[in-house]
Amino acid sequence: MSHLLQVKSVTKRFGGLTANNAVTFDVSENEILSVIGPNGAGKSTLFKMISSFLPTTSGEVLFQGERISNLQPHVVARKGVVRTFQETTIFKSMTARESVIVAQHLRATASLAGYFWGSKAARQDVENFGKHADEILEFLALGNIRNELTTNLPQGHLRALGIAIGLATNPKVLLLDEPFAGMNHDETMATVELVRNVRDNRGVTVLLVEHDMPAVMSISDRIVVLNFGEKIAEGTPHEIQNNEKVIEAYLGSADDEIGM
Amino acid sequence: MKNYFTLKQLVGVACFLFGIFVAVPLVINATGRWDFYYTLTSVALLAIASAGVWLTFYIGRINIGQGAFALIGAYVSAILVTKFGVSFWLALPLAGVFAAVVSILIGLPILRLRGVYFAMITLVLTQVVTLTALALPITNGAKGISSIPLPQSLSLFGITIIPDFSTMANTKLAFYLTACIVMVLCFAAMYRIVNSRLGHLCRSLQQNEELAASIGVNTAYLRIVVFAISSFLGGIGGALFGSIAQSVYPTSFQVADSINFMLNCFLGGLGYVFGPMLGTLVLYFGWDLLFEFGKYQMLVYSSLLIILILFLPNGLLSIRFKNSKDARK
Repeated sequence: MSHLLQVKSVTKRFGGLTANNAVTFDVSENEILSVIGPNGAGKSTLFKMISSFLPTTSGEVLFQGERISNLQPHVVARKGVVRTFQETTIFKSMTARESVIVAQHLRATASLAGYFWGSKAARQDVENFGKHADEILEFLALGNIRNELTTNLPQGHLRALGIAIGLATNPKVLLLDEPFAGMNHDETMATVELVRNVRDNRGVTVLLVEHDMPAVMSISDRIVVLNFGEKIAEGTPHEIQNNEKVIEAYLGSADDEIGM
Repeated sequence: MKNYFTLKQLVGVACFLFGIFVAVPLVINATGRWDFYYTLTSVALLAIASAGVWLTFYIGRINIGQGAFALIGAYVSAILVTKFGVSFWLALPLAGVFAAVVSILIGLPILRLRGVYFAMITLVLTQVVTLTALALPITNGAKGISSIPLPQSLSLFGITIIPDFSTMANTKLAFYLTACIVMVLCFAAMYRIVNSRLGHLCRSLQQNEELAASIGVNTAYLRIVVFAISSFLGGIGGALFGSIAQSVYPTSFQVADSINFMLNCFLGGLGYVFGPMLGTLVLYFGWDLLFEFGKYQMLVYSSLLIILILFLPNGLLSIRFKNSKDARK
Protein backbone atom coordinates (compact mmCIF):
# COMPACT_ATOMS: atom_id res chain seq x y z
CA MET A 1 0.00 0.00 0.00
CA SER A 2 1.21 3.46 -0.82
CA HIS A 3 1.49 6.16 1.78
CA LEU A 4 -1.15 8.73 0.97
CA LEU A 5 -0.60 10.94 3.98
CA GLN A 6 2.63 11.21 5.92
CA VAL A 7 2.92 12.92 9.28
CA LYS A 8 6.62 13.60 9.72
CA SER A 9 8.02 14.48 13.11
CA VAL A 10 5.30 17.07 13.74
CA THR A 11 5.79 19.21 16.83
CA LYS A 12 3.56 21.92 18.25
CA ARG A 13 4.46 24.16 21.17
CA PHE A 14 2.17 26.73 22.75
CA GLY A 15 4.66 28.79 24.72
CA GLY A 16 6.13 26.36 27.23
CA LEU A 17 3.53 23.68 26.60
CA THR A 18 4.36 20.99 24.09
CA ALA A 19 1.09 19.75 22.64
CA ASN A 20 2.69 17.43 20.12
CA ASN A 21 6.25 16.20 20.18
CA ALA A 22 7.77 14.69 17.02
CA VAL A 23 4.70 12.69 16.05
CA THR A 24 5.33 10.49 13.03
CA PHE A 25 3.01 8.09 11.25
CA ASP A 26 1.73 7.27 7.77
CA VAL A 27 -1.78 6.79 6.45
CA SER A 28 -2.19 4.35 3.58
CA GLU A 29 -4.63 4.73 0.77
CA ASN A 30 -8.15 3.53 1.52
CA GLU A 31 -7.60 2.72 5.18
CA ILE A 32 -9.37 3.90 8.29
CA LEU A 33 -6.84 5.10 10.82
CA SER A 34 -7.81 6.33 14.27
CA VAL A 35 -5.82 8.59 16.51
CA ILE A 36 -6.71 7.96 20.15
CA GLY A 37 -5.38 9.05 23.50
CA PRO A 38 -6.49 10.30 26.90
CA ASN A 39 -7.78 13.86 27.31
CA GLY A 40 -5.11 16.42 26.57
CA ALA A 41 -2.98 13.99 24.61
CA GLY A 42 -2.78 16.41 21.70
CA LYS A 43 -5.17 14.68 19.31
CA SER A 44 -7.13 17.75 18.34
CA THR A 45 -4.00 19.84 17.92
CA LEU A 46 -2.54 17.23 15.59
CA PHE A 47 -5.76 17.18 13.66
CA LYS A 48 -5.73 20.92 13.21
CA MET A 49 -2.16 20.84 11.99
CA ILE A 50 -2.93 18.17 9.39
CA SER A 51 -5.76 20.35 8.01
CA SER A 52 -3.61 23.52 8.33
CA PHE A 53 -6.03 25.12 10.77
CA LEU A 54 -2.94 25.51 12.97
CA PRO A 55 0.67 25.93 11.85
CA THR A 56 3.22 23.42 13.04
CA THR A 57 6.18 24.48 15.19
CA SER A 58 8.39 22.00 13.34
CA GLY A 59 7.98 18.95 11.17
CA GLU A 60 5.64 18.62 8.22
CA VAL A 61 2.65 16.79 6.84
CA LEU A 62 2.81 15.41 3.29
CA PHE A 63 -0.10 14.44 1.11
CA GLN A 64 0.89 12.48 -2.01
CA GLY A 65 4.39 13.76 -1.42
CA GLU A 66 3.34 17.43 -1.24
CA ARG A 67 3.55 19.48 1.92
CA ILE A 68 0.10 20.42 3.24
CA SER A 69 1.04 21.77 6.67
CA ASN A 70 1.50 25.50 7.34
CA LEU A 71 -0.79 26.46 4.46
CA GLN A 72 -4.26 28.01 4.40
CA PRO A 73 -7.12 25.61 5.30
CA HIS A 74 -8.88 26.15 1.98
CA VAL A 75 -5.72 25.30 0.05
CA VAL A 76 -5.47 21.97 1.87
CA ALA A 77 -9.15 21.32 1.18
CA ARG A 78 -8.51 21.99 -2.51
CA LYS A 79 -5.80 19.35 -2.53
CA GLY A 80 -8.33 16.83 -1.22
CA VAL A 81 -7.73 16.70 2.53
CA VAL A 82 -10.94 17.83 4.20
CA ARG A 83 -11.81 17.92 7.87
CA THR A 84 -15.20 17.76 9.52
CA PHE A 85 -16.15 19.44 12.77
CA GLN A 86 -18.11 18.46 15.80
CA GLU A 87 -21.83 18.99 15.55
CA THR A 88 -21.90 22.58 16.83
CA THR A 89 -20.00 23.81 13.77
CA ILE A 90 -22.74 24.15 11.17
CA PHE A 91 -24.26 26.75 8.89
CA LYS A 92 -26.96 27.84 11.29
CA SER A 93 -29.49 29.44 8.95
CA MET A 94 -29.26 26.96 6.11
CA THR A 95 -31.15 23.78 5.44
CA ALA A 96 -29.29 20.50 5.23
CA ARG A 97 -29.52 20.60 1.43
CA GLU A 98 -28.29 24.19 1.21
CA SER A 99 -25.31 23.28 3.39
CA VAL A 100 -24.34 20.43 1.10
CA ILE A 101 -24.88 22.59 -2.00
CA VAL A 102 -22.61 25.35 -0.76
CA ALA A 103 -20.03 22.75 0.26
CA GLN A 104 -19.57 21.76 -3.38
CA HIS A 105 -17.62 24.95 -3.90
CA LEU A 106 -14.59 23.04 -5.13
CA ARG A 107 -16.56 21.40 -7.91
CA ALA A 108 -17.54 24.76 -9.37
CA THR A 109 -16.48 25.25 -12.98
CA ALA A 110 -17.87 28.78 -13.45
CA SER A 111 -16.30 31.92 -12.02
CA LEU A 112 -18.05 34.15 -9.49
CA ALA A 113 -18.76 36.63 -12.29
CA GLY A 114 -20.22 33.74 -14.28
CA TYR A 115 -22.65 33.07 -11.45
CA PHE A 116 -23.52 36.76 -11.32
CA TRP A 117 -24.42 36.92 -15.01
CA GLY A 118 -25.88 33.43 -15.02
CA SER A 119 -23.53 31.94 -17.62
CA LYS A 120 -24.15 28.52 -19.12
CA ALA A 121 -21.44 26.89 -17.00
CA ALA A 122 -22.92 28.49 -13.89
CA ARG A 123 -26.42 27.22 -14.61
CA GLN A 124 -24.98 23.77 -15.30
CA ASP A 125 -23.11 23.93 -11.99
CA VAL A 126 -26.20 24.92 -10.05
CA GLU A 127 -28.08 21.99 -11.52
CA ASN A 128 -25.24 19.55 -10.77
CA PHE A 129 -24.84 20.87 -7.22
CA GLY A 130 -28.49 20.16 -6.51
CA LYS A 131 -28.24 16.68 -7.98
CA HIS A 132 -25.05 15.82 -6.08
CA ALA A 133 -26.46 17.20 -2.86
CA ASP A 134 -29.54 14.99 -3.12
CA GLU A 135 -27.38 12.00 -3.95
CA ILE A 136 -25.03 12.57 -0.99
CA LEU A 137 -27.90 13.18 1.43
CA GLU A 138 -29.60 10.03 0.20
CA PHE A 139 -26.35 8.08 0.60
CA LEU A 140 -26.07 9.18 4.24
CA ALA A 141 -29.78 8.49 4.90
CA LEU A 142 -30.54 12.20 5.31
CA GLY A 143 -32.88 12.41 2.32
CA ASN A 144 -36.00 12.88 4.42
CA ILE A 145 -34.63 15.84 6.36
CA ARG A 146 -32.95 17.66 3.48
CA ASN A 147 -35.15 20.74 3.77
CA GLU A 148 -34.91 21.05 7.56
CA LEU A 149 -32.98 23.95 9.02
CA THR A 150 -29.74 22.64 10.48
CA THR A 151 -30.50 24.21 13.86
CA ASN A 152 -33.57 21.96 14.16
CA LEU A 153 -31.67 18.73 13.59
CA PRO A 154 -30.77 16.27 16.34
CA GLN A 155 -27.15 15.46 17.10
CA GLY A 156 -27.00 12.22 15.14
CA HIS A 157 -28.23 13.87 11.99
CA LEU A 158 -25.84 16.77 12.46
CA ARG A 159 -22.92 14.35 12.67
CA ALA A 160 -24.03 12.72 9.44
CA LEU A 161 -24.57 16.15 7.89
CA GLY A 162 -21.01 17.08 8.86
CA ILE A 163 -19.81 14.04 6.93
CA ALA A 164 -22.13 14.96 4.05
CA ILE A 165 -20.60 18.45 3.91
CA GLY A 166 -17.14 16.87 3.92
CA LEU A 167 -18.08 14.43 1.16
CA ALA A 168 -19.55 17.20 -0.95
CA THR A 169 -16.05 18.58 -1.44
CA ASN A 170 -15.05 15.33 -3.14
CA PRO A 171 -12.17 14.61 -0.75
CA LYS A 172 -9.44 11.99 -0.99
CA VAL A 173 -8.85 12.04 2.74
CA LEU A 174 -11.59 12.83 5.23
CA LEU A 175 -10.55 13.86 8.73
CA LEU A 176 -13.34 13.16 11.22
CA ASP A 177 -13.30 14.98 14.55
CA GLU A 178 -14.80 12.71 17.23
CA PRO A 179 -17.61 11.38 15.05
CA PHE A 180 -19.01 9.20 17.85
CA ALA A 181 -18.84 11.63 20.77
CA GLY A 182 -22.00 11.77 22.84
CA MET A 183 -23.70 8.90 21.04
CA ASN A 184 -25.29 5.83 22.55
CA HIS A 185 -24.24 2.34 21.47
CA ASP A 186 -26.79 1.96 18.67
CA GLU A 187 -26.09 5.40 17.22
CA THR A 188 -22.38 4.72 17.40
CA MET A 189 -22.69 1.43 15.56
CA ALA A 190 -24.85 3.08 12.89
CA THR A 191 -22.22 5.79 12.41
CA VAL A 192 -19.44 3.18 12.31
CA GLU A 193 -21.31 1.52 9.44
CA LEU A 194 -21.73 4.86 7.76
CA VAL A 195 -18.04 5.73 7.94
CA ARG A 196 -17.12 2.28 6.60
CA ASN A 197 -19.59 2.79 3.81
CA VAL A 198 -17.94 6.10 2.93
CA ARG A 199 -14.58 4.39 2.69
CA ASP A 200 -15.84 1.33 0.78
CA ASN A 201 -18.16 3.02 -1.71
CA ARG A 202 -16.51 6.38 -2.20
CA GLY A 203 -12.87 5.41 -2.02
CA VAL A 204 -12.19 7.95 0.69
CA THR A 205 -9.35 7.42 3.14
CA VAL A 206 -10.48 8.18 6.67
CA LEU A 207 -8.43 9.56 9.54
CA LEU A 208 -10.39 10.01 12.74
CA VAL A 209 -9.81 11.29 16.21
CA GLU A 210 -11.93 9.54 18.80
CA HIS A 211 -12.49 8.73 22.46
CA ASP A 212 -14.97 5.89 22.14
CA MET A 213 -12.87 2.72 22.49
CA PRO A 214 -15.35 0.07 21.31
CA ALA A 215 -16.13 2.13 18.22
CA VAL A 216 -12.46 2.73 17.47
CA MET A 217 -11.65 -0.97 17.91
CA SER A 218 -14.39 -2.03 15.54
CA ILE A 219 -13.85 0.56 12.83
CA SER A 220 -10.09 1.00 12.55
CA ASP A 221 -7.65 -0.77 10.30
CA ARG A 222 -4.85 0.74 12.36
CA ILE A 223 -4.64 2.89 15.46
CA VAL A 224 -2.14 5.52 16.58
CA VAL A 225 -2.06 6.21 20.32
CA LEU A 226 -0.94 9.57 21.69
CA ASN A 227 -0.14 10.37 25.29
CA PHE A 228 1.17 13.72 26.52
CA GLY A 229 1.68 14.75 22.91
CA GLU A 230 3.86 11.81 21.95
CA LYS A 231 3.08 8.72 19.95
CA ILE A 232 3.34 5.78 22.30
CA ALA A 233 2.00 3.04 20.06
CA GLU A 234 0.83 2.22 16.56
CA GLY A 235 -0.74 -0.93 15.21
CA THR A 236 -3.84 -2.96 14.54
CA PRO A 237 -6.67 -2.85 17.08
CA HIS A 238 -5.57 -6.21 18.40
CA GLU A 239 -1.97 -5.07 18.91
CA ILE A 240 -3.11 -1.88 20.61
CA GLN A 241 -5.40 -3.71 23.02
CA ASN A 242 -2.45 -5.75 24.26
CA ASN A 243 0.10 -2.96 24.34
CA GLU A 244 1.56 -2.36 27.81
CA LYS A 245 2.17 1.34 27.29
CA VAL A 246 -1.37 1.94 26.09
CA ILE A 247 -2.89 0.16 29.05
CA GLU A 248 -0.64 2.19 31.34
CA ALA A 249 -1.64 5.46 29.67
CA TYR A 250 -5.33 4.75 30.01
CA LEU A 251 -5.46 3.00 33.37
CA GLY A 252 -2.38 4.44 35.05
CA SER A 253 0.51 2.31 36.29
CA ALA A 254 0.97 0.89 39.74
CA ASP A 255 3.53 3.60 40.50
CA ASP A 256 0.97 6.33 40.02
CA GLU A 257 -1.18 4.84 42.74
CA ILE A 258 1.67 4.91 45.21
CA GLY A 259 2.60 8.40 44.14
CA MET A 260 -0.68 9.67 45.59
CA MET B 1 -34.65 34.94 -16.94
CA LYS B 2 -38.36 35.58 -16.48
CA ASN B 3 -39.08 32.28 -14.80
CA TYR B 4 -36.68 33.18 -11.98
CA PHE B 5 -39.15 35.72 -10.64
CA THR B 6 -42.68 35.22 -9.40
CA LEU B 7 -45.47 37.34 -10.82
CA LYS B 8 -45.83 39.07 -7.47
CA GLN B 9 -42.17 40.11 -7.52
CA LEU B 10 -42.43 41.43 -11.07
CA VAL B 11 -45.51 43.43 -10.22
CA GLY B 12 -43.76 44.78 -7.12
CA VAL B 13 -40.71 45.87 -9.10
CA ALA B 14 -42.91 47.44 -11.80
CA CYS B 15 -44.89 49.38 -9.19
CA PHE B 16 -41.69 50.55 -7.54
CA LEU B 17 -40.16 51.73 -10.82
CA PHE B 18 -43.41 53.44 -11.79
CA GLY B 19 -43.52 55.09 -8.40
CA ILE B 20 -40.03 56.59 -8.43
CA PHE B 21 -39.83 57.49 -12.12
CA VAL B 22 -43.41 58.59 -12.85
CA ALA B 23 -45.53 59.05 -9.76
CA VAL B 24 -43.04 61.05 -7.68
CA PRO B 25 -42.28 63.61 -10.43
CA LEU B 26 -46.02 63.96 -11.14
CA VAL B 27 -46.88 64.52 -7.49
CA ILE B 28 -44.06 67.03 -7.07
CA ASN B 29 -45.17 68.86 -10.22
CA ALA B 30 -48.72 69.01 -8.94
CA THR B 31 -47.86 70.20 -5.44
CA GLY B 32 -44.94 72.41 -6.40
CA ARG B 33 -42.79 71.04 -3.57
CA TRP B 34 -39.59 71.12 -5.61
CA ASP B 35 -37.48 70.76 -2.46
CA PHE B 36 -38.63 67.16 -2.23
CA TYR B 37 -36.45 66.34 -5.22
CA TYR B 38 -33.39 67.23 -3.24
CA THR B 39 -34.55 65.18 -0.26
CA LEU B 40 -35.40 62.14 -2.32
CA THR B 41 -32.15 62.40 -4.28
CA SER B 42 -30.28 62.37 -0.99
CA VAL B 43 -32.25 59.32 0.12
CA ALA B 44 -31.37 57.54 -3.13
CA LEU B 45 -27.65 58.18 -2.90
CA LEU B 46 -27.49 57.43 0.82
CA ALA B 47 -29.36 54.19 0.09
CA ILE B 48 -26.62 53.24 -2.37
CA ALA B 49 -23.94 53.70 0.29
CA SER B 50 -26.11 51.87 2.85
CA ALA B 51 -26.43 48.96 0.43
CA GLY B 52 -22.67 48.59 0.65
CA VAL B 53 -22.83 48.42 4.44
CA TRP B 54 -25.58 45.87 4.16
CA LEU B 55 -23.33 43.69 2.00
CA THR B 56 -20.59 43.67 4.63
CA PHE B 57 -23.20 42.64 7.18
CA TYR B 58 -23.94 39.80 4.83
CA ILE B 59 -20.47 38.31 5.43
CA GLY B 60 -20.84 38.83 9.16
CA ARG B 61 -18.93 42.08 9.59
CA ILE B 62 -20.26 45.23 11.21
CA ASN B 63 -19.12 48.11 9.01
CA ILE B 64 -19.22 51.57 10.58
CA GLY B 65 -16.78 53.01 8.07
CA GLN B 66 -18.84 53.65 4.98
CA GLY B 67 -18.57 57.42 5.49
CA ALA B 68 -14.85 57.07 4.80
CA PHE B 69 -15.43 55.53 1.38
CA ALA B 70 -18.25 57.94 0.55
CA LEU B 71 -15.89 60.81 1.36
CA ILE B 72 -13.13 59.26 -0.76
CA GLY B 73 -15.57 58.84 -3.64
CA ALA B 74 -16.78 62.43 -3.32
CA TYR B 75 -13.23 63.81 -3.33
CA VAL B 76 -11.97 61.61 -6.17
CA SER B 77 -14.86 62.59 -8.39
CA ALA B 78 -14.55 66.29 -7.44
CA ILE B 79 -10.80 66.34 -8.08
CA LEU B 80 -11.13 64.51 -11.39
CA VAL B 81 -13.82 66.90 -12.57
CA THR B 82 -12.32 70.19 -11.34
CA LYS B 83 -8.55 69.58 -11.68
CA PHE B 84 -8.35 67.17 -14.59
CA GLY B 85 -11.44 68.11 -16.54
CA VAL B 86 -12.70 64.53 -16.61
CA SER B 87 -16.37 64.10 -17.47
CA PHE B 88 -18.53 63.39 -14.43
CA TRP B 89 -19.88 60.25 -16.10
CA LEU B 90 -16.38 58.80 -16.18
CA ALA B 91 -15.43 60.23 -12.78
CA LEU B 92 -18.41 58.51 -11.13
CA PRO B 93 -17.31 54.92 -11.78
CA LEU B 94 -13.66 55.91 -11.24
CA ALA B 95 -14.58 57.25 -7.80
CA GLY B 96 -16.16 53.90 -7.00
CA VAL B 97 -13.13 52.00 -8.28
CA PHE B 98 -10.75 54.21 -6.30
CA ALA B 99 -12.76 53.66 -3.11
CA ALA B 100 -12.71 49.92 -3.82
CA VAL B 101 -8.92 49.92 -4.30
CA VAL B 102 -8.42 51.80 -1.04
CA SER B 103 -10.77 49.37 0.72
CA ILE B 104 -8.73 46.43 -0.57
CA LEU B 105 -5.54 47.93 0.88
CA ILE B 106 -7.25 48.65 4.19
CA GLY B 107 -9.24 45.42 4.14
CA LEU B 108 -6.22 43.14 3.74
CA PRO B 109 -5.08 43.65 7.34
CA ILE B 110 -8.37 44.54 9.07
CA LEU B 111 -10.75 41.97 7.59
CA ARG B 112 -9.02 39.32 9.67
CA LEU B 113 -10.71 40.88 12.67
CA ARG B 114 -14.19 39.83 13.68
CA GLY B 115 -17.11 41.23 15.58
CA VAL B 116 -16.60 44.31 17.67
CA TYR B 117 -12.90 44.61 16.77
CA PHE B 118 -13.64 45.05 13.09
CA ALA B 119 -16.45 47.48 13.94
CA MET B 120 -14.11 49.59 16.10
CA ILE B 121 -11.45 49.84 13.38
CA THR B 122 -14.01 50.84 10.76
CA LEU B 123 -15.39 53.45 13.14
CA VAL B 124 -11.97 55.10 13.12
CA LEU B 125 -11.69 55.04 9.31
CA THR B 126 -14.11 57.91 8.73
CA GLN B 127 -12.14 60.13 11.07
CA VAL B 128 -8.88 59.13 9.40
CA VAL B 129 -10.18 60.07 5.96
CA THR B 130 -11.56 63.36 7.27
CA LEU B 131 -8.18 64.22 8.77
CA THR B 132 -6.38 63.15 5.60
CA ALA B 133 -8.65 65.41 3.56
CA LEU B 134 -7.76 68.28 5.90
CA ALA B 135 -4.04 67.66 5.53
CA LEU B 136 -3.55 66.92 1.82
CA PRO B 137 -2.90 69.81 -0.58
CA ILE B 138 -4.95 68.26 -3.39
CA THR B 139 -8.12 68.21 -1.29
CA ASN B 140 -7.68 71.88 -0.40
CA GLY B 141 -7.89 71.39 3.39
CA ALA B 142 -10.83 72.71 5.36
CA LYS B 143 -11.97 74.93 2.48
CA GLY B 144 -12.76 71.80 0.53
CA ILE B 145 -13.59 71.82 -3.14
CA SER B 146 -16.48 74.05 -4.07
CA SER B 147 -18.23 75.19 -7.26
CA ILE B 148 -17.86 71.81 -8.90
CA PRO B 149 -19.31 72.16 -12.41
CA LEU B 150 -22.54 70.35 -13.24
CA PRO B 151 -22.23 67.07 -15.17
CA GLN B 152 -21.52 67.59 -18.85
CA SER B 153 -23.33 65.86 -21.67
CA LEU B 154 -22.54 62.23 -22.34
CA SER B 155 -22.35 61.09 -25.94
CA LEU B 156 -21.65 57.66 -27.29
CA PHE B 157 -20.84 57.25 -31.01
CA GLY B 158 -22.02 60.78 -31.64
CA ILE B 159 -25.41 60.23 -30.04
CA THR B 160 -26.12 62.36 -26.97
CA ILE B 161 -27.39 60.04 -24.25
CA ILE B 162 -27.42 62.53 -21.41
CA PRO B 163 -27.62 66.26 -22.18
CA ASP B 164 -25.44 68.82 -20.40
CA PHE B 165 -26.94 69.49 -16.96
CA SER B 166 -26.11 73.22 -17.10
CA THR B 167 -28.38 73.66 -20.15
CA MET B 168 -31.31 72.03 -18.38
CA ALA B 169 -34.22 74.00 -17.00
CA ASN B 170 -34.65 71.62 -14.11
CA THR B 171 -31.42 70.19 -12.76
CA LYS B 172 -33.16 68.94 -9.61
CA LEU B 173 -35.24 66.53 -11.65
CA ALA B 174 -32.16 65.50 -13.65
CA PHE B 175 -30.20 64.74 -10.47
CA TYR B 176 -33.18 62.93 -9.00
CA LEU B 177 -33.48 60.70 -12.06
CA THR B 178 -29.72 60.10 -12.18
CA ALA B 179 -29.59 59.09 -8.52
CA CYS B 180 -32.64 56.85 -8.91
CA ILE B 181 -31.27 55.10 -12.00
CA VAL B 182 -27.91 54.47 -10.30
CA MET B 183 -29.74 53.25 -7.18
CA VAL B 184 -31.90 50.86 -9.19
CA LEU B 185 -28.83 49.50 -10.97
CA CYS B 186 -26.96 49.04 -7.68
CA PHE B 187 -29.84 47.26 -5.98
CA ALA B 188 -30.45 45.07 -9.01
CA ALA B 189 -26.78 44.06 -8.87
CA MET B 190 -27.05 43.45 -5.13
CA TYR B 191 -30.12 41.29 -5.60
CA ARG B 192 -28.29 39.26 -8.19
CA ILE B 193 -25.21 38.87 -5.98
CA VAL B 194 -27.29 37.72 -3.02
CA ASN B 195 -29.31 35.26 -5.08
CA SER B 196 -26.35 33.79 -6.94
CA ARG B 197 -23.65 31.51 -5.67
CA LEU B 198 -21.63 34.47 -4.41
CA GLY B 199 -24.47 35.22 -1.98
CA HIS B 200 -24.63 31.58 -0.92
CA LEU B 201 -20.89 31.67 -0.20
CA CYS B 202 -21.32 34.92 1.72
CA ARG B 203 -23.95 33.28 3.89
CA SER B 204 -21.62 30.36 4.54
CA LEU B 205 -18.98 32.87 5.61
CA GLN B 206 -21.41 34.75 7.82
CA GLN B 207 -22.65 31.62 9.53
CA ASN B 208 -19.37 29.81 10.05
CA GLU B 209 -16.03 30.95 8.74
CA GLU B 210 -14.12 27.86 9.83
CA LEU B 211 -16.55 25.47 8.23
CA ALA B 212 -16.48 27.61 5.09
CA ALA B 213 -12.68 27.37 5.01
CA SER B 214 -12.84 23.61 5.49
CA ILE B 215 -14.95 23.18 2.35
CA GLY B 216 -12.34 25.06 0.34
CA VAL B 217 -13.74 28.58 0.34
CA ASN B 218 -10.96 31.16 0.21
CA THR B 219 -12.47 33.16 3.04
CA ALA B 220 -9.88 35.94 3.03
CA TYR B 221 -10.33 36.52 -0.71
CA LEU B 222 -14.12 36.47 -0.51
CA ARG B 223 -14.12 38.97 2.36
CA ILE B 224 -11.93 41.34 0.33
CA VAL B 225 -14.14 41.00 -2.74
CA VAL B 226 -17.26 41.79 -0.74
CA PHE B 227 -15.63 44.67 1.12
CA ALA B 228 -14.43 46.11 -2.20
CA ILE B 229 -17.95 45.92 -3.69
CA SER B 230 -19.28 47.52 -0.52
CA SER B 231 -16.80 50.38 -0.72
CA PHE B 232 -17.42 50.77 -4.44
CA LEU B 233 -21.05 51.49 -3.61
CA GLY B 234 -19.93 53.91 -0.90
CA GLY B 235 -17.69 55.71 -3.39
CA ILE B 236 -20.50 55.94 -5.96
CA GLY B 237 -22.89 57.34 -3.35
CA GLY B 238 -20.31 59.90 -2.23
CA ALA B 239 -19.44 60.97 -5.79
CA LEU B 240 -23.11 61.57 -6.56
CA PHE B 241 -23.44 63.57 -3.38
CA GLY B 242 -20.49 65.80 -4.30
CA SER B 243 -21.89 66.41 -7.74
CA ILE B 244 -25.34 67.35 -6.45
CA ALA B 245 -24.09 69.58 -3.65
CA GLN B 246 -21.45 70.91 -6.11
CA SER B 247 -19.01 70.94 -3.21
CA VAL B 248 -17.08 68.57 -0.97
CA TYR B 249 -15.72 69.33 2.49
CA PRO B 250 -13.84 67.14 4.95
CA THR B 251 -17.03 67.20 7.02
CA SER B 252 -19.31 66.13 4.14
CA PHE B 253 -19.36 62.63 5.61
CA GLN B 254 -18.66 62.26 9.30
CA VAL B 255 -18.68 59.46 11.84
CA ALA B 256 -22.37 60.17 12.44
CA ASP B 257 -23.06 59.51 8.75
CA SER B 258 -21.21 56.21 8.96
CA ILE B 259 -23.38 55.25 11.91
CA ASN B 260 -26.48 56.29 10.00
CA PHE B 261 -25.52 54.06 7.09
CA MET B 262 -25.40 51.17 9.51
CA LEU B 263 -28.68 52.17 11.19
CA ASN B 264 -30.38 52.29 7.78
CA CYS B 265 -29.51 48.63 7.34
CA PHE B 266 -30.71 47.66 10.82
CA LEU B 267 -33.92 49.59 10.40
CA GLY B 268 -34.78 48.17 6.99
CA GLY B 269 -33.78 44.66 7.90
CA LEU B 270 -30.51 42.78 7.52
CA GLY B 271 -32.31 39.84 5.95
CA TYR B 272 -33.67 41.74 2.98
CA VAL B 273 -31.74 43.18 0.05
CA PHE B 274 -34.09 46.14 -0.16
CA GLY B 275 -33.86 46.77 3.59
CA PRO B 276 -31.26 49.53 3.33
CA MET B 277 -33.41 51.41 0.81
CA LEU B 278 -36.47 51.43 3.05
CA GLY B 279 -34.35 52.08 6.13
CA THR B 280 -32.73 55.13 4.54
CA LEU B 281 -36.11 56.53 3.48
CA VAL B 282 -37.69 56.08 6.91
CA LEU B 283 -34.66 57.29 8.85
CA TYR B 284 -34.14 60.35 6.66
CA PHE B 285 -37.77 61.43 6.72
CA GLY B 286 -38.26 60.28 10.31
CA TRP B 287 -35.66 62.73 11.55
CA ASP B 288 -37.23 65.61 9.61
CA LEU B 289 -40.76 64.77 10.69
CA LEU B 290 -39.69 64.90 14.34
CA PHE B 291 -38.56 68.50 13.84
CA GLU B 292 -41.70 69.67 15.67
CA PHE B 293 -40.33 68.28 18.93
CA GLY B 294 -37.67 71.00 19.00
CA LYS B 295 -35.03 70.33 21.59
CA TYR B 296 -36.53 66.91 22.30
CA GLN B 297 -36.06 65.82 18.68
CA MET B 298 -33.00 63.70 19.42
CA LEU B 299 -34.59 62.13 22.50
CA VAL B 300 -37.78 61.12 20.69
CA TYR B 301 -35.82 59.96 17.69
CA SER B 302 -33.46 57.73 19.66
CA SER B 303 -36.26 56.36 21.84
CA LEU B 304 -38.21 55.41 18.73
CA LEU B 305 -35.14 53.69 17.31
CA ILE B 306 -34.62 51.70 20.50
CA ILE B 307 -38.27 50.65 20.51
CA LEU B 308 -38.10 49.65 16.86
CA ILE B 309 -35.01 47.55 17.38
CA LEU B 310 -36.52 45.93 20.49
CA PHE B 311 -39.77 44.97 18.82
CA LEU B 312 -38.60 44.52 15.24
CA PRO B 313 -35.10 43.08 15.57
CA ASN B 314 -35.26 41.92 11.96
CA GLY B 315 -36.13 45.33 10.61
CA LEU B 316 -39.16 47.03 9.12
CA LEU B 317 -39.44 44.66 6.19
CA SER B 318 -40.06 41.79 8.59
CA ILE B 319 -43.54 43.22 9.30
CA ARG B 320 -44.58 42.77 5.72
CA PHE B 321 -43.19 39.29 5.43
CA LYS B 322 -44.64 38.20 8.76
CA ASN B 323 -48.09 39.42 7.75
CA SER B 324 -48.02 37.74 4.39
CA LYS B 325 -47.15 34.47 6.10
CA ASP B 326 -50.02 34.84 8.58
CA ALA B 327 -52.41 35.67 5.80
CA ARG B 328 -51.61 32.41 4.09
CA LYS B 329 -52.53 30.38 7.18
